[in-house]
Amino acid sequence: MINWSPEQPIVSIHNVHKSFGPLEVLKGVSMDIMKGEVICIIGPSGSGKSTLIRCINALNDIQGGSITLEGQEVHDEKLDKLELRKKVGMVFQQYNLFPHKTVLENVMMAPIKVLKESKVEAQKRALELIKKVRLDGKENSYPGELSGGQQQRVAIARSLAMRPDVMLFDEVTAALDPETVKEVLITIQDLAAEGMTCILVTHEMAFAREVADHIYFTDRGVIVEHGSPKEFFDNASDPRTKEFLSQVL
Amino acid sequence: MSSFEEFFIQLAVDFPRWNFIWLYDDLQADRILSGLWVTVKLSLACVSLSVVIGVVGAMLQGSNSSRVRALVQGYIQFFRNTPPLVQLLFFYFALGQFTPTEVGPDGWTEQPLITNVGWAIIALSLFAGAFNVEIFRAGIEAIPYSTREAAESLGMSQRQTFFYVTLPLSLRVSIPALNNNLVNLVKTTTQAYAIAVPELLYESVSVWNDYPSAQNPTMLLLFLAYLTLVGILVFCMNSWEKSMRIPGYGH
Ligand SMILES: Nc1ncnc2c1ncn2[C@@H]1O[C@H](COP(=O)(O)OP(=O)(O)O)[C@@H](O)[C@H]1O
Ligand SMILES: [Mg+2]
Repeated sequence: MINWSPEQPIVSIHNVHKSFGPLEVLKGVSMDIMKGEVICIIGPSGSGKSTLIRCINALNDIQGGSITLEGQEVHDEKLDKLELRKKVGMVFQQYNLFPHKTVLENVMMAPIKVLKESKVEAQKRALELIKKVRLDGKENSYPGELSGGQQQRVAIARSLAMRPDVMLFDEVTAALDPETVKEVLITIQDLAAEGMTCILVTHEMAFAREVADHIYFTDRGVIVEHGSPKEFFDNASDPRTKEFLSQVL
Repeated sequence: MSSFEEFFIQLAVDFPRWNFIWLYDDLQADRILSGLWVTVKLSLACVSLSVVIGVVGAMLQGSNSSRVRALVQGYIQFFRNTPPLVQLLFFYFALGQFTPTEVGPDGWTEQPLITNVGWAIIALSLFAGAFNVEIFRAGIEAIPYSTREAAESLGMSQRQTFFYVTLPLSLRVSIPALNNNLVNLVKTTTQAYAIAVPELLYESVSVWNDYPSAQNPTMLLLFLAYLTLVGILVFCMNSWEKSMRIPGYGH
């Protein structure tokens, strides 16, 4: 049995190496995330942010190091990846909703098929979640009939329906119009306030500053610097961080 | 005798090449109708079975095992690149020899477990199924990988992702090509004639062998019958396609 208690990191990433063929994308990345924390990962494009969070729910494999979730090694050959993914929700930049299903069906599908919930039970919870992401009234719309911001909130509700312990967000506002970015950020902020463990890749600096407990700055496959938002934004020491911040702030 | 029947009897007298015999001779009418019925059943069986083969084959092509993928590929190459008529003859005459027999209902004669109709269904379904695999695979490849990934990140298994996400989406892409192939399949059922399946062409030829004066009208009837059958198929496929349209997606 795995001995894990909530005082230990819920996600522990230790010296992770990841290559695509000859290209080494992660060169020894480590971070510990405690239950209920909100972590923001920022860094230039191509620095391996998406790759890192995709390793957490085993969408990518790793070549070295370890990642544990609640004490369980994620990249253990014997681990049932489907069991792991029940505990980790993921929201993508491009929403990736099921276009042939209504909002309600999108949210209900995984609980029914994966958790074997009854239809009644799944629907009740789906309606609550749709309300929570402020989309009540859109239950029977198809994704193609919604704005980007609305679709992204459906994607968040769809992930939450699996009752995950950790949520991963990969630049979830990057494809949105400026007006709709805010509604998605508010939804994430609500989640964080309820104590959901969130790992976000984001370029929304003001949001990171306000919501994050901890910020990691990555560049070319390594973590250059990390700290609280205050330390990070006001006292960045590494020249690469300074340069990046001067460009985005 | 009705005036309708009298008209066609007289027509056959006046124009000896235009004997619409099955319009006034019940025996010939029954032959044509039974042929038509066999064609309808044969088509329905082959269409359904070939679609199932297509779906299963497309699923197996996404298998993690390279041996399974190679097997499916071999099947496609064989059935797509050889003539369906030769396949029919091969199944019936070559494989038919090795299938077990059973005592028939008369209690006397040995009958093959798989009849010529059975072999026609098997051969034609495998033939059309090979094309269907390719058609469904092309549809599946048109679905963004990220959509599948989203399903998998929700904890859905590969099989669940295939049946609930990839397949329903890809069907919408595949329907036009599937339409073409199924139309071809219905027309190809006439080749079962070669192994004496009593379908429409077989019965028609029997009629005009017995009554050469009925050849022209019967050929006309054949064309009309297939136009109608294919028309019904296309109508059903189009209604299906329409019923699957999603607001805000595609088209
Ligand atoms: N599936 C893949 N195959 C090959 N290279 C990849 C793949 N995914 C990402 N990469 C490469 O890995 C590097 C890091 O990518 P990514 O993690 O997406 O960066 P970020 O999210 O920080 O922009 C990039 O150079 C990218 O081209
Ligand atoms: Mg990225």
